[in-house]
Amino acid sequence: MTPRQKRFAAIGLGLVTLGAATALVLNAFQSNLVFFFTPTQVANGEVPKGRSFRIGGMVEEGSLRREADGLTVHFVVTDTVQRVPVTYKGILPDLFKEGKGAVAQGQLGADGTFIASEVLAKHDENYMPPEAAEALAKAKASGAQSSKTVIVQPQ
Amino acid sequence: MKINWSKYSAPLAFYPLAGKMIPWFGTVAALTIAVGLYIGLLVAPTDFQQGEAYRIIFVHVPAAWMSMFLYVVMAGWAAVGLGLNARLSFMMTQAIAPTGAMFTFLALVTGAMWGKPTWGAWWVWDARLTSELILLFQYAGVMLLRTSIDDQRRADRASGVCALVGVVNIPIIYFSVQWWNTLHQGASVSMTAAPKMAAIMLTGMLLMTFGFWMYSLAVILSRVRCVILERESVQFWSKLSSVAEVAEVR
Repeated sequence: MTPRQKRFAAIGLGLVTLGAATALVLNAFQSNLVFFFTPTQVANGEVPKGRSFRIGGMVEEGSLRREADGLTVHFVVTDTVQRVPVTYKGILPDLFKEGKGAVAQGQLGADGTFIASEVLAKHDENYMPPEAAEALAKAKASGAQSSKTVIVQPQ
Repeated sequence: MKINWSKYSAPLAFYPLAGKMIPWFGTVAALTIAVGLYIGLLVAPTDFQQGEAYRIIFVHVPAAWMSMFLYVVMAGWAAVGLGLNARLSFMMTQAIAPTGAMFTFLALVTGAMWGKPTWGAWWVWDARLTSELILLFQYAGVMLLRTSIDDQRRADRASGVCALVGVVNIPIIYFSVQWWNTLHQGASVSMTAAPKMAAIMLTGMLLMTFGFWMYSLAVILSRVRCVILERESVQFWSKLSSVAEVAEVR
């Protein structure tokens, strides 16, 4: 090998080694890098006890309930398998809606209710005009029982 | 027509070539960004869930893509420079870093401006946001390491290795939303799936990306000309014998 080829080989080998090392480190830290825990993890007791953490999932349809003071809200966060009831006192973000994603920070109470100190809305990666979203919802409602292979492209 | 490309690996030969290309890239950048902004801000429809707030996507996503892309290009030039011991490659590394850092900063700032109305927070420490912030520090590190070493050759090599090592962060940024739970949304546009965006929105976003790319080329080529002037000043001026020749090179 010429010195030039040796240098390129060394660079390539260095990058491959570095990549492998990074992969191993990230794999080891896998569970520490999550931003929130899912309701299933809460149910399995995989969440930190006695300190604040975040849970995330869908706000269950029909679960949002407001108290008379107008500020305290109760809702249920679900990952379609497990459910976690959440209580929060404060202003919810604009995008917070039933059936949409949300992330709440707080502590798990003794009765299994999650007392949130902060609630964030998580939006998904779909972008389309409102008319397309309506058409999509209609198609889904009418085609739910017949076939699931109907593909509706927004615009 | 056969062009001897290796001729342009000499900084003094590349200097006038870069000068000729800058206006073209600059014009294309200005036109594409103008059309992209027009489509993004006026033609594209309101989003069904985020309303008008989503329109920052037309700056945020292209800026974030460019921040990652420019880092890979910078690291690529560093690898070529380290392998071939070529001065111009290291000059390209030096010229790309500030533009890459600028796009990283732009992505972070527009992201914060987007996060407040949609998520309800300016900043959260999730994997995507944190790894992109680390990218900004990496750009800063590459630039600082170069300026902190007086010997030009050592500065080139040290910052080149620094840039090359940091390239491991790029796949981490890109796949962060897939590998871990994040507050940041998943990818709307990817190479493996159909885009999850209305066609006109996607058009605006891709036009802006192309515009930012052309802008980067124009700015980086102007900067590399300054770098050549600065670092090759002795060869540069000794080669030119008259004022007329100086004017011609410009």
